[in-house]
Amino acid sequence: MKATSHNVNGVEVIKLDGKITIGSGDQQLRDVIGNAVNQGNSKILLDMSGVTTIDSSGIGELVGSYTTVTNRGGKLKLLHLPAKLNELLHVTQLITVFEVYDNEQQAVGSF
Amino acid sequence: MERDGERIEITISSRFENIELVQVIAEHLCENAGLDEDGSHWIGMAVREAVANAIKHGNKLDVSKKVYATFTLRGSELEITILDQGEGFDPTAVGDPLNPQNLMKTSGRGIFYMRTFMDAVQYSFSPSGGTSLVMTKDLAKGSGLASSKV
Repeated sequence: MKATSHNVNGVEVIKLDGKITIGSGDQQLRDVIGNAVNQGNSKILLDMSGVTTIDSSGIGELVGSYTTVTNRGGKLKLLHLPAKLNELLHVTQLITVFEVYDNEQQAVGSF
Repeated sequence: MERDGERIEITISSRFENIELVQVIAEHLCENAGLDEDGSHWIGMAVREAVANAIKHGNKLDVSKKVYATFTLRGSELEITILDQGEGFDPTAVGDPLNPQNLMKTSGRGIFYMRTFMDAVQYSFSPSGGTSLVMTKDLAKGSGLASSKV
């Protein structure tokens, strides 16, 4: 998995590309979010459009990332969910936990 | 189904990077049997979760231990068996991930996804060790998930 970020009006937009699966990407996601939080970012928007595969470990890391950010008083939201990831969040009811956006400008403005 | 009676077996060592090999076989078998791409993807996902559990919870990441996957097509029914060489683990010990108190847990969704994507999921344990997981799916029914109906 590759992560690239840019900051828009105080919102750290992190674009994830590739796989977030057990042993490949799950630990990386934890590190990316941990680093972003440790650098003082409290508004994090994860652009998921480049995520090609995610499994239950990846979903678990997304949940862990959400908890990490909110426990530090911040907010984590999702942008551009691929259809299959959207499905996985729906069947586990996690879609009720995450705020999801299709438009970056709207997402940034929501923080 | 033109491929009635097809049987494919693969043995892998307990490395996470081998999961995708088994997943790809499952997806290709499903597509060759006439299932659409999305339906094949969800069955591949169930296989991915099953093999990951066999490696992590069954064989406990011991690369000298093997995971055996068998795919058998009988008519439109696909039977998938995943066998590990571990001590056995209790799949019922995992709480319902839809229970509000479990919703924010970072693990415990793999078996739930398997049960969601397959028609039946059954574990059995050999007295000599190892966990056997048998999953079945009637490919003629499709995946039953919303994304496959679009």
